[in-house]
This record gives sequence, structure tokens and C-alpha cells, in this order.
Amino acid sequence: MKNFSCFLHLFPLFLLWGVSCSSANAQLKIEIIGSGASQFPIAIVPFKGENTLPQSVTDVIAADLQRSGLFKIVDSGGLTTIPVEPPQVDYAMWRTRGADVLAIGAVSPLPNGQFDVRFRLMDILKQQQLTGFAYQVNAQQLRRTAHKIADAIYEALTGDGGMFDTNIAYIIKNGSRYELKVADVDGYGARTILASNESIISPAWSPDGTMLAYVSFEHKKAIVYMQSLETGVRSVIANFKGSNSAPSWSPDGKRLAIVLSKDGNSQIYLVNLDSGVLTRLSISGGIDTEPNFSPDGLSILFTSDRGGSPQIYRMLVNGGNPERLTFDGTYNVTPRFSPDGKSFVFVQRNGGHFNIATQDFVSRQSQLLTEGSLDESPCFSPNGKVILYATNEGGHGILSTVSSDGRERTRISVEIGDVFEPAWGPLIKD
Amino acid sequence: MKNLTLLVLLVVSGVLAGCACPPKSQPVAVEQPKVEPAPTSVPAPAAAPASTQDSLLTNRNIYYDFDSSALKDEYKAIITAHAKNLTDNPSLKVTIQGNCDERGSREYNLALGQRRADSVKRMMIMLGAKESQIETVSFGREKPRALGHNEEAWAENRRSDIVYQDE
Repeated sequence: MKNFSCFLHLFPLFLLWGVSCSSANAQLKIEIIGSGASQFPIAIVPFKGENTLPQSVTDVIAADLQRSGLFKIVDSGGLTTIPVEPPQVDYAMWRTRGADVLAIGAVSPLPNGQFDVRFRLMDILKQQQLTGFAYQVNAQQLRRTAHKIADAIYEALTGDGGMFDTNIAYIIKNGSRYELKVADVDGYGARTILASNESIISPAWSPDGTMLAYVSFEHKKAIVYMQSLETGVRSVIANFKGSNSAPSWSPDGKRLAIVLSKDGNSQIYLVNLDSGVLTRLSISGGIDTEPNFSPDGLSILFTSDRGGSPQIYRMLVNGGNPERLTFDGTYNVTPRFSPDGKSFVFVQRNGGHFNIATQDFVSRQSQLLTEGSLDESPCFSPNGKVILYATNEGGHGILSTVSSDGRERTRISVEIGDVFEPAWGPLIKD
Repeated sequence: MKNLTLLVLLVVSGVLAGCACPPKSQPVAVEQPKVEPAPTSVPAPAAAPASTQDSLLTNRNIYYDFDSSALKDEYKAIITAHAKNLTDNPSLKVTIQGNCDERGSREYNLALGQRRADSVKRMMIMLGAKESQIETVSFGREKPRALGHNEEAWAENRRSDIVYQDE
């Protein structure tokens, strides 16, 4: 908890809702509209020396925290002196401004051309340091350092893992040109991984964040590829007759679940990336697709229409009868495990609309999170707190996020064009 | 008005053809000479099925309901005509391309498009075409022919296309 008082206010509310809902109807969906009112007030003082940099560090930190929806950025303008060290902090003044915590810091150029970036997170009420870090980075790493600081602040205040020092992959379509891109989670630094005149879908991050698997139609059919982000070198994973698609990495990064139609209907197979050995996992007379490995690597969620309509099932990787998990409506697809393995996110058709929902494995209750007309391709942030998905706005594909409790929403307009098939990468490791 | 007239003519000729057929199908051997006195009229009924076959062959699109790969009755004549064409011409090869509308997951639609194409292939093989003559591919929802976001566009995009190779 670490002094995150707004969470204390929220908990009783959730408990009440949970009780009233489950007693009324076990299948009841809680539809939450609007954004949360309780936001944690944080002041971020411009770091000393950052005004001489091409890129403000604290602007990036503030934008990250604000985007999470959990924080209110308290005005830190009009300061006569900029505090850098704890003794220089006027706690009473920050309390008057309404801040509960304060980030202070400095960026100093080093003789070797690098920068020393240091920050401290101060508890204003207790007048003590919550966390603090120092980094030595070059100019190109300043944005990333800002994301790392935002993660450190987020972790210190919520107790949850961070999510800002991450990348997202997505497809952008401009006219007849498709590009698979990777960008910082705030949309900066976008770079093209693959450009094609045919569609690209289903990008999937390797667990270590160094590779992307995806489906490309560049040869006029669906073929699964794997590509190194560092070297650009890529290899064909599956190119059998019919469709080859829907790659999902095992947590150890050694296997890919894929979907092949070579033996009839689309079915799920496992490819061992070292040996190339292919094993068929699902056996049904229907379509089995969109496999997704559980965080513990033992089970796989997938979409199947074996029961007459596309629904979500779970099977053990080692075999056994798949268990059906969704029963509401006639179209539930694209399941993705939450990072803690306790729930999953999926797409549910409601009337003519397609929306993002989550379902808890224990309670089996589902919660509708969005209300667009064509919301699709959901995936969790590495810490499970935010869901990134594709939606449609004014006839154009854009990306959006919704907090996993449904309270906070943002839209991510990355560039001009239709953006779709987002995939949130793991926390970047050094 | 012209359209209406045409329609009436078609209906009438249809009725006439309908009337003419049952007697013909009756196995009355004695009446067969009746056909001979009018040799010029023989090509007409013979040409009719041929032109039907031709017009069916120019039709390359099979349409589906949402989330369905079931072949509707109205498209079975088209598939039958193409199957016959493949059977009669063993050197011909086709690719059947399955497509879907923009709603729902891209991966599920890719699988659905594959099943749409495969269902056409299965029927053609049942009717005598060879496995080696037919390839299937799915574009899922990735290559929509109609670009709108309405039922009209969606209906157009829920489609299998029969594409002859070297065309």
C-alpha cells in the first residue's frame, strides 16, 4: 500500500458492489461508465538543469502518470527556488497546494557527454523519502530514463509493477501500405519493423521483448514469421497449405502456439523453436484459434466454435478435455490471460457491438469495460492494470486503453492512418 | 416499362419451358420423331442449358451470412457449374479465396474465411473436380472489396471468390 490513501477509499466501494451483484445474479455484468474521481495528488518539480535539454524529463514523467488515470498532477509553477535535495523542500507549501507526494531531481551533464539523472520521491505528510534513484545515461536515453522514473514512482505508490518503460507493437495502414511498428508506450520513437503491400496481423512479443512473431500476407496467404527486433533477421515459422496464423509465445520463449488449417479446420499446434517439431494440440470439428499461453505455461486459452458459436475455452498444454469459459451471447473471442493468471480479457459481441470484457477465473463473473462499436484485439499491460485495444473512431482505426477496473480510459492516436492489432511488450530489461 | 415487359417475357418463356419439359421427360418412344421435323428448333433448347452454364461460370462469388460458412442453396448452381467445368477440363485450376466482413476478431475471421473457401472446395470435389485442381486461401477480413462500414458492405465482403489460375 505504501501510503496510497486513495486506494483505501476505493476498496470499500468495490466490496459493496461485489456483494450486491453476486447476491442478485451470478451472471450479472457490472458496466462501469465514466472515469474515477479519486486520483492521487502528486507534484513533480521540474528537475534542475532539464531546461537546457532538448527533452524535458519531468514532462514525460507527468504524462505517464497522468495517462494511468491514477494521478492528479499538482501545479508546481511559480517556484522561487527549485528544490533538489530533501532539506530544500517546503512541505507546508506543498501541502497547501494539495500534494501528498513530491518528485524532485536534477539532470547534470557529465564530462564524458552523458547525463547524471537523479530523483527522489518525497512523502509530504511524513516528510520523508519514499524512493530515489540515480542514472547515468546518454542523451538518447533521457526519455527512457523518464519512463523508468515514472515506473519507480508508480511502483512506490501503488505496490504494483511498472508499465511505462515498455514498447507497444501495432500495425498501421496508410492507403495500401501496411507497416508493423514498434514504439514507446507513449507513442514516441515509432520505428518500422516490416512494411508490406498486404496486411500484417497478430504481432506477439517474445517474453524477453527481443523478438516479434506475426502473420504476414505478403505472399497472398497467411504465413507466420518471427523477427529479431535488434538485427531485423526473420524466419518463417509456419507456411503450410491453407492458413498459418495466431502465434502465441510460451512463457519460457521456447515454443510458439500457432494455428494451422493444413489438416482441415483451423486447429492449434505447438512449434518447438529449437527443434522445429510440430505437435497438434487441439482436436475438434470446428475452428480452434487465437491460442494464448497462461503465465505459468501450463494452459492455453483459445477461441472455438465447436459448440456452434465462437466461445472461449481453456485447455491444458499436456492434453485433456477443454473447458468452456464463456456462455453469454453468441460471439466471445480473442482471450488473453492477465499477467497474474487470475482473469482474462476478451472481445464480446453485444447486439451489433463488439466490446472488451474481462472474466475472473474463480467467480466466473464478467465485466464489460468498453462501449465502442468495434472494439477488438485487447491485451494487458505487463502489470495487468491497463488493457490496450483497437477501436474505431470516425471510420478510422485507433488504439485506446482502459484500466482493468474499467474506470479510466485513454485514446492513443499514434499517427495518421488506421492503427490496429496492438500488442503490449514486456518491461524493458537492461 | 421495358424492364417489366422483359420480365413478363421471361416469365412466359419460363412457363412455356416448364410446360414443354414434363412431356419430354415422359419415356414415350413413339413421340420422339416429333422432334425431328423441327431440327432448327433443337439447338434452342440445347443452347439454353449451355448459356446457363456459361452465365453460371461468369459468376464467381459465393455469399454467406454473418459468422457462417454454410453454402446457401442459391449459390449451389454456381458451384456445380464450376465443378463441372473443372471436371470437363482437367487442366484447369482454381483458387478459392475466402473473405469476411470487418466485424469480429481478425484471427477468427481468418479461420472462418478458410472454412468458407474449403466448403466450396469440398462441394466441387464431391461433384467430380480433382483435389489437385483446387487451392483454397483465406484473406479473413484483410482484403475487403467493399470499404463501407454498413450491412451492405459487410454482406459484399462475406464472400468466397472462385479465381481461375492464369487468368
